[in-house]
Amino acid sequence: MEKVDNKDLEKKFQEKIDQDIKIEPNDWMPDNYRDTLIRQISQHAHSEVVGMLPEGNWITRAPNLRRKAVLLAKVQDEAGHGLYLYSAVETLGADREDTIDDLHSGKAKYSSIFNYPTLTWADMGAIGWLVDGAAIMNQVPLCRCSYGPYARAMVRVCKEESFHQRQGFEVMTKLAAGTPEQKEMAQDALNRFWWPALMMFGPNDADSKHTEQSMKWKIKRHTNDELRQQFVNVTVPQAEMIGLTVPDKDIKWNDSKNGYDFGAINWDEFWQVVGGNGPCNQERVEARRKAKENGSWVVEAAAAFANKRMKKTA
Amino acid sequence: MTTKEALYKYVLRLGDDSLILGQRLSELCGHGPILEEDIATTNISLDLIGQATLFLEYAGSLSNEFKTNDELAFLRLEKDYLNVLLVEQPNGHFGDTIMRQFLFDAFRLPLLTKLQDSKDNTLSSIAEKALKETKYHLRHSSEWVVRLGDGTEESHHKIQESLNTLYRYSHELFFVDEADVLLQQEAIIPELDDIKSQWSQTIKDVLEMATLSLPTNNWKFEGGRMGRHSEHMGYLLAEMQYMQRTYPNMEW
Repeated sequence: MEKVDNKDLEKKFQEKIDQDIKIEPNDWMPDNYRDTLIRQISQHAHSEVVGMLPEGNWITRAPNLRRKAVLLAKVQDEAGHGLYLYSAVETLGADREDTIDDLHSGKAKYSSIFNYPTLTWADMGAIGWLVDGAAIMNQVPLCRCSYGPYARAMVRVCKEESFHQRQGFEVMTKLAAGTPEQKEMAQDALNRFWWPALMMFGPNDADSKHTEQSMKWKIKRHTNDELRQQFVNVTVPQAEMIGLTVPDKDIKWNDSKNGYDFGAINWDEFWQVVGGNGPCNQERVEARRKAKENGSWVVEAAAAFANKRMKKTA
Repeated sequence: MTTKEALYKYVLRLGDDSLILGQRLSELCGHGPILEEDIATTNISLDLIGQATLFLEYAGSLSNEFKTNDELAFLRLEKDYLNVLLVEQPNGHFGDTIMRQFLFDAFRLPLLTKLQDSKDNTLSSIAEKALKETKYHLRHSSEWVVRLGDGTEESHHKIQESLNTLYRYSHELFFVDEADVLLQQEAIIPELDDIKSQWSQTIKDVLEMATLSLPTNNWKFEGGRMGRHSEHMGYLLAEMQYMQRTYPNMEW
């Protein structure tokens, strides 16, 4: 009897999705839909928070006051994105701290790009331009995601991300037009971040295990390869414009597909980094774990204090 | 000493306090005890860097060589930075960071309030802008002093230790030399008596709510205002000045 009911509910659920009606926290949804969203949104939140670290690495060494202020503001935005997204996860009945513990134990993933080190100031430009640029391509369609709270969070996130992308490109433009040392620094950053940025869109469509179901549920609107192609098409001319070279000898305009052909991605590297063998995986998770561990007495104190105050006013 | 020279020194001292404390707080970005605090700390750091930008820009215009704010921020020798020793102290644990901030904010609020009436228009307008932010900073740091003081036994002990260590550095906030006296006479900067009594009152009120007690050790560390710093300062500057020192005369 229950099974029949579920089938009926599922049918109605899919009809809503097909009509582009948003799913809200109190609506019925299949368990898999809920689980997929909890996984995706919490990993997105973790990516924002872990993503603070590679850029935070250069705040204290920013080259002038203006750049220091802009970078502080940017990293603060990332923390804010983390907060919206953890709140969106909580609308699905998940506990924020549980999902964070999954990050610390290695069970939950985050965007692998943040496992690469930031070695020079130019990396602040490359991250804004390429990493935030790729993130925008991934995230703009999420503003139309079928789950209401996620879609609405993404509207705000995307506005700020496009600022970040522009400031990153501006950093790169300035370097590329600077002294030979600065230009070399910019090219080196592009060389190191180009391929990892392409990997941000995930495995090729044929190897992507979540894509088909996510597209049916309208959590996802475009495939990984479609988004990656779009990113390449937009970014290659930007590099040319500022006099930098994308580190791929196979890049070539292809009239028939109205886009660039590009070289093969090293998927072995991708899976190694996802699996924990990236240059900074350990440091990143360790930094987050330590922040929570070192802060636990603070959280306990705040809770104890709130408790005392409640008793006093009661 | 001319009024201009005295003003240069004074504005530099205010600018350096903001700069060095902002730099210290920026080290914590991404490492806060909870995400909400990470945002708050980063925001305060950002405000302080903004204040430093304005103060140092003004100082630069008063200097004989017309230096830019970036030159002043990144290219002086350690002995030429005039911040109080308090702000260069390491972040330590969250209680240390909060206590350092609280002692500083409790001074900055009455100072900036009075500086709004300065006869010097630039100084009064910077003070007016900075005051808005500082009100929030003081509220934030006071609330945390109270929470930690009246939280758990562990947090009470920790923040009391922070107070015991850092209180000795707070007296330097009231440092006065001939430059200050000259500017006070010309009503460009306020006398410190009222500010000191307001500061003491804030400290007393907040510590009382936090169930903390003033340390009995009355030792007064000073030196920063005269360019004599602690060992921590050299490392802070090495990091902060890295780009400007490694790649001289470039624009970023």
